This record gives sequence, structure tokens and C-alpha cells, in this order.
Amino acid sequence: MPISFKVNGKEHTLDVEEDMPLLWALRDELGLTGTKFGCGIAACGACTVQVDGTAMRSCSVPVSYADGSEITTIEGLADPDADTGGLSPLQQAWIERQVPQCGYCQSGMLMAVDALLKENPQPTDEEVGAAITNICRCGSYPRVLAAIRDVTRA
Amino acid sequence: MAFDLKKPTRRQMLVGGGLAGGALLVGVSMSGPSRRERENAIAAEGGEKFVTTWLKISPDNVTTVYVPHSDMGQGPITALAMMAADEMDADWNLVRAEQAPAEPEFANESLGLFITKGQTAPDMLAGAAETLWYNVAKFMSMQITGGSMAVRYTGQHGMRIAGAAAKEMLVKAAAARWNCAASDCEVRDSVVYLKGKNRSATFGELAVEAAEYSPSATPTFKTPDQYRIVGRPTKRFDVPGKVDGSGTYGIDARPEGMLYAALRQSPVFGGKLKRYDASEILKRRGVKKVVELPVGVAVIADNFWRAKQAAAALDIEFDTGGNDAISSASIFEGHEKALQGDSTEDVEKGDAEGALKNAAKVVEAAYRVPYLAHATMEPMNCTVWVHDGKAEVWVGTQDPLGTRARVADMTGVDYDNVKVHPLLLGGGFGRRIPYRSGFSEFPSEIDYASLIAKEVDAPVKLVYTREDDMQHDAYRIAVANTMKAGLDEDGNPVAWLNRYVYKDEPAEAPHIPYAVENQSIRYVDNPTPVPRGPWRSVAHTQHTFFNESFMDELAHEAGKDPYEFRMALLKDKPRHRAVLQLAAEKAGLGKPLPEGRVHGIAVQQSFSTIVAEVLEVSLDEDNRPRVHKVTCAVDCGRVINPDTAEAQVQSAVIYGLTAALYGQITIEGGAVTQGNFPDYRMVTLAETPVIETHFIDSGEALGGLGEPGTPPVAPALANAVFKLTGKRIRELPMSIHDLSPASGKFAQAAD
Repeated sequence: MPISFKVNGKEHTLDVEEDMPLLWALRDELGLTGTKFGCGIAACGACTVQVDGTAMRSCSVPVSYADGSEITTIEGLADPDADTGGLSPLQQAWIERQVPQCGYCQSGMLMAVDALLKENPQPTDEEVGAAITNICRCGSYPRVLAAIRDVTRA
Repeated sequence: MAFDLKKPTRRQMLVGGGLAGGALLVGVSMSGPSRRERENAIAAEGGEKFVTTWLKISPDNVTTVYVPHSDMGQGPITALAMMAADEMDADWNLVRAEQAPAEPEFANESLGLFITKGQTAPDMLAGAAETLWYNVAKFMSMQITGGSMAVRYTGQHGMRIAGAAAKEMLVKAAAARWNCAASDCEVRDSVVYLKGKNRSATFGELAVEAAEYSPSATPTFKTPDQYRIVGRPTKRFDVPGKVDGSGTYGIDARPEGMLYAALRQSPVFGGKLKRYDASEILKRRGVKKVVELPVGVAVIADNFWRAKQAAAALDIEFDTGGNDAISSASIFEGHEKALQGDSTEDVEKGDAEGALKNAAKVVEAAYRVPYLAHATMEPMNCTVWVHDGKAEVWVGTQDPLGTRARVADMTGVDYDNVKVHPLLLGGGFGRRIPYRSGFSEFPSEIDYASLIAKEVDAPVKLVYTREDDMQHDAYRIAVANTMKAGLDEDGNPVAWLNRYVYKDEPAEAPHIPYAVENQSIRYVDNPTPVPRGPWRSVAHTQHTFFNESFMDELAHEAGKDPYEFRMALLKDKPRHRAVLQLAAEKAGLGKPLPEGRVHGIAVQQSFSTIVAEVLEVSLDEDNRPRVHKVTCAVDCGRVINPDTAEAQVQSAVIYGLTAALYGQITIEGGAVTQGNFPDYRMVTLAETPVIETHFIDSGEALGGLGEPGTPPVAPALANAVFKLTGKRIRELPMSIHDLSPASGKFAQAAD
């Protein structure tokens, strides 16, 4: 049964197994490799995308769940109208603070933080800690927090 | 200009300056760092090893720096470009940098030929995005990014020379143009000026004429007070591509027509494929074929998920080869036994046994640490395409040339016909070095990808699941030691005895900086079939835990403050004293802390950098240690890029903290017990302490920064936990210990 959804504003129809995780549909079927594979069991957050604005770990979301929904991936986080060279203020803060090291987890980190700030524009440190459980082996956490503070205090 | 590449007479030398498509090209080859093992391997072939650096100045006045190191986020590509650009007096806004890909046609010899015999430059050199890779196949192991060596070796001995030599050539060209002396010229921001006159020319305008001159192997360097780029916080070149999803990691490779491979391999180390029946899974959608490997079966499909699901469903049996009797318990039993047997000298100073006999007090302890996985965020992967007698490889690796050699060996394709496309690395920490100390017979994902590619008529991307990655790593070795020390009547240590398992790199890791007159440090070996490999800071991880925890024990037994105790024994080590003192001052050591919190300290020199850390720790309501703040003092000689330097220390601290609190890979039935992050827990944002980093600009020889922040974390934490609970932690991780008050009192009573 074909599954249809919008990714970053663009309509796609896929003829894939209903239980294929959204992650692999995005990466291997649509070629959107910005969303990363980390653990396959929703434990690390590297694959975080937004489904109808909600942060979800796409490695554990069946593609059929996303049927009819609007998905945003890291490739769609930029805001072409922003006065920061097309990047969203969050991405710009990430560059200013030089947050990424190896950078592999940062797609998921950014998608999770972006979703959090839409829901709670002024989170406390505790709220950030509770919501952002994405794993970063490079230990970018202090700068993640600093970049979030740059945006929320702006 | 002729350069004899076979018999280098000096430690550094310019291998060439020349023209390439109207661009000036300057390269430096140099002797590499002295990591004993590789040095020996290379000496055996009668050669010398090289790491090379290259600069290119284009007509548009852009200087491009090609860095022969992998950037895993530790920032060498930017830092090394800063070092070259500063010596050149280049305008940083006109500097670009990228990793030099491994290109056989630009091997050392071919480049040398083109310069010395006036052959036409290969077309590729003209394109800004293309480059050359200086490469001598037999020296390939020196292209490794590891040992925290990029800045202190390639940067210090390669980049600076290339930059300074290029500047001299540009100045000579300008002087010839203006018919003046070189001393009449000055350089600012990629422009050469005639002093006092209204004449100038950009690097780009001078590049063609500059190429007429031979680069000096001994150019004049700037003095540190003249640095204008080095020492300033500088944004990395690789960051923008890491915030918009455009950065391409190994796992993101998508050559045309690519298929995906998932493995089903023997969970038992050293196990072999016994039998399998693929008839069922071959009926599945998208499954193309299976490939037999010595250790199991690879399933090839048109989508990784399909390959992985089919591999999991495969009917398969393995032959364990008897290795299923091995467990963490049996390995540690073997260690204990080995520690009681004959040992080999590491350090013998004075008469440690004699001094121990005459000591007023003898302190004994035994320590151990478990295996550790690297758990890079990007699981291991490698894409290989074998076609028409050639092999192409797409991978993120800490060693592009070593990977190339490995793929050549495994596919049977001639080395010259293997092309490696180095892509971004989603973490390395030692894991992405295709080379396993002492256990080269253990195959890696690169080997498997190569073997698979031979059997498939398309590019194939092998991806490890997280479970594959965690259960088939090259681990930080599980080791143990026994320690004894003698204290005199004033509590001063007079004897230090350490028997440890496995002599690993770096060789000095087990040594102590403290002035103990009689020392006997010796090692034993107890080989196991568990693959091992370098893990961030390598042997310093275990030895710093052993030594700095035991120092704390001695201070306690001597009735002295652990900080004062160390300072007194470091009287001949001013740099160590300075970092300890700075860390103590900044942390407020000895000053009152919030209720329930204590400080723990440790110091270690590794990779020529000295780091002292003070951890502020309490126990939470579940009696688990909670680290609130880590104050680091670092002497790495001089900081090149303060922004990445701080990030590296933070990173190393968090990496070490994860290991100290939770890190443990256990072996049962010859296989790894842990499979995924829930079993191998990581520190997350919520647990991240405040990390303060203070650098000492000592002006001493440059030290590394990717690793040295890691070693002191575990002992500093354990020392704090002792203060909190009275319980001495002699085995990691912290999570295996009951730290409830009752257990602490019990332990103290037993002490």
C-alpha cells in the first residue's frame, strides 16, 4: 500500500513495507542522509525528526505512522527567510557556539531542541535536561546548553 | 630543484615547491612522531616515516591548506591551517582548508618527478576542490590520526615550515619584481608590500613567479608575539556542514547503484561460520544475495533495513572454536595468576623491595578496569566497489592510507588501483584506526566490506548495527595490577611497586611523576582472544586510575592532604605543580563547599600535555555519585585555537566521566554481554557537570589535546567518592559499587 507524506514541504509517495522504520525510508529510499542512524531502538536520538511538529526518533517510528503527515528533517530546518543566511536562529547559534565536534548526533540534537523550544520557548536547565536525552559521545552538551541559552535569551 | 627523498638528511625538509595550474604549491615532508611500535616497523623496512603538509596559493589569492589528518571534531584541519597561515601572514578570510584525500597519482614520487623533471602538473591540481596526497606507501601507517599528534607534529614541524617557506618564496618573487632586497618587503594579510612605497602584490599575483624559487627547508619562523591567527578563537571549517545535514559521513555514501549489507557474525570472538540456510531470507523483498564470510554471512539488499531484518532472521550456526569458555571472570583470573608470575622490567630505580621491607608502613592495593567499547555515534560502516581491476572505498577513517592498504590486501586489487574517499567521521576515539595492536588477525568492518564487494557487482555499503558495533569493537583492554608502597615515619613514600598486566602504548603511561626514590614498575602479559585497540588516551586510562587513586590512598595513610602530599612529591616538576595549583585555586580547593559536596583531585601528563582536574562531587538520594563541577588546568605548551582547545577538554572529561561512572563491557560465553546504549550507559546533558578549563601558556613544546583531558577523571572521581563514603573504589565503573552509607562504614571498618 503506498504511503504518502510531505518531507520538508515536498510530497513523496513510497511503496514500501508498512513496518519499515521512517529512518530507513528517509535515508535509503529518499536519500535524505542528514538524519542519522545511531542505535535503532530510540535510545540515542541521532535519528530525531519532527512529525507534524513533534520530535520523534525515526528509527522506531513505522513509516506507515507517518502516512499523511508533514515531516521535517535537518535538511528542512533552515529558514530561507531568516536574516542569518538562510539558517534558523538555532542553527546559527550552533555555529556561533561551535557546538558540533564530530557532528554526527547534531542533526537529531537540533531537531529535538527545535521541537522543545517551539513547545516551551523558555525552558529551565532542568527542563532542557529532561527533554534533551540525545546522546553525544563528543560531549558537546555544555555548548548545546550555551547555544540554547543564546536563543532563549535573545 | 632536486630533493633526494630516499635519504633525508634532516628531520624536516621541503619536498617541493612548484606550479600547478597557475597556483603555487609548497609541501613539507617530515619525520613523524616517535611511537615506538610503528617506528620499529618502519625501520625494519629501512625507511624513514613521513607526514606531509601542503599549501596551495591560487590566482584568486586564496590559500588552501591540505591537512593529512582526519577531523573527528577535534579540529586539526582548522588548527593546522591556522599554523600555516600565520607563518605566511595570510589573510585568514582568504584561507581554506580540507582533508587531503588519498590519491595514488599524487604519491610522493610522482609529485617529486613532476617538480624535478618539469613534467606537466596533473590537471587535478588546478581545481580548487581537488588536491594531492603526499604518500609513500610503505610509510602509510604515519597517516594515522591518533596519539593527539596533529598539532604537535604535523602542525609544528610541517605546517609552520610550509607556511614560512611559502612566505619567503613570495617575498623573493616580489623583490625580484620590484628590483629591491627581500628585506625591503613586508607581508600583511596575503599581500606583499614594498616598505615606504605605494607598491604591493597579492600572494595570488606572485604565485607564478614565486614558484621559480626553491623552498627553504629552514625558513625563519615568527616569534609567538608576532602570531596574529594562532592563539585566537577561530571557527572551524567543518561546522556549517554539521548543522544543516549537508556533511557527508561514511555512512552517508551513496554511489550510483549502491546496495546495502548487514552482517550476521559469530558473537563469540574467534568463532567461525558452521552452517546456514539462506533459502528463506532470499525470498524476502529486496534481498539480492548472501555472501559467506569466515565469521558469518552478509546479507545484501536494496535497503539497509531489509538487509538487517533478513540477517536477523537467517538460519545460521557458528563454531565457537572453544572460545565460549572465556568470560570476564576467567580473564581476570588469568590476570591475577599472571601478576603472581614472572614480570618484565619497566622501571627499576633504587631498591624498591629493600625499601619496602624497611618502611614504617606498607600500603597494598589491587586495581582493575573492565573492557570498554568506543561507542562512536556513527556505527562502523564501509562502502566498497570492486570493478574493472579497481577498488573504490568510501569511509570515515582515522587512517585513509592504512585503509587503502587494507582494502588492497583484502580485495587483491593492486594498491595503486585502490581509491579511498575519506568522508566525515561520526566519532573516532581510536576506533576508526584499521589496525589493532597485537591482534591484526582480527578482521574489521573494512575487511568484511572488501570481501563482500568482491562478490557483488555493485558498490556495497556495509553498516554495523549498534549491536554489531558494540559487540565487535577493538576494546580498551581489561587489565589489573597490584601495588605496594612503603611510607617512612613522616609519611613520605620511600618505595613504589607496581605489577601490571599488559605493556601498552604510550610506554610512559604507567610511570609516575612523583619523587619516590625506590621504584619497581614491572609488567606481565595474559593474552586473550578479545580484540583490543587504542581508546581515547590509550594506556593512560587505566594507569592514571591506578596511580592517582593509589597516591590518594598513600596520602590518606600518611595522614596528609592529598593535594599537599602530591605537591611535596612534585618538587622537581614545576609544570605539574603549576597545573595542580591552578586547578586547586580555581576550584577553591580547601574552601567550604555546599553541604554534602567534596573535592577529588588527580593529575596526569599524557601526550606531552599536563592536566589536573578537581571534581566537585556529592551523592544523590540513591547514593549514586553526582559530579557538579570539573575544574581543569591544562599545560599544553601553547594553545593554537582556544575555542577547539576548550571543546576538546570538555569532550575528554565527559568521555572519561561516562567510562568512570558506567563504562563496562563484560564477556560471557566468549561474547560481549552488552548490545546497545541501555546496557552501555552514557552521560547525557542532564548529568553534565559545569566544566571549567584554564590553560597555562608555558611556551613549552606543544602537547596534544584530543586525549589528555580523559585520564584524570576516573581517579579524581574515585578519590572524591572515598571522601564521601570512606569506600576506596579500586575497580571501575562506579556503577558496580554499593555506595550506601552502611556499605561505606563497613568498608572503612575493614580498612
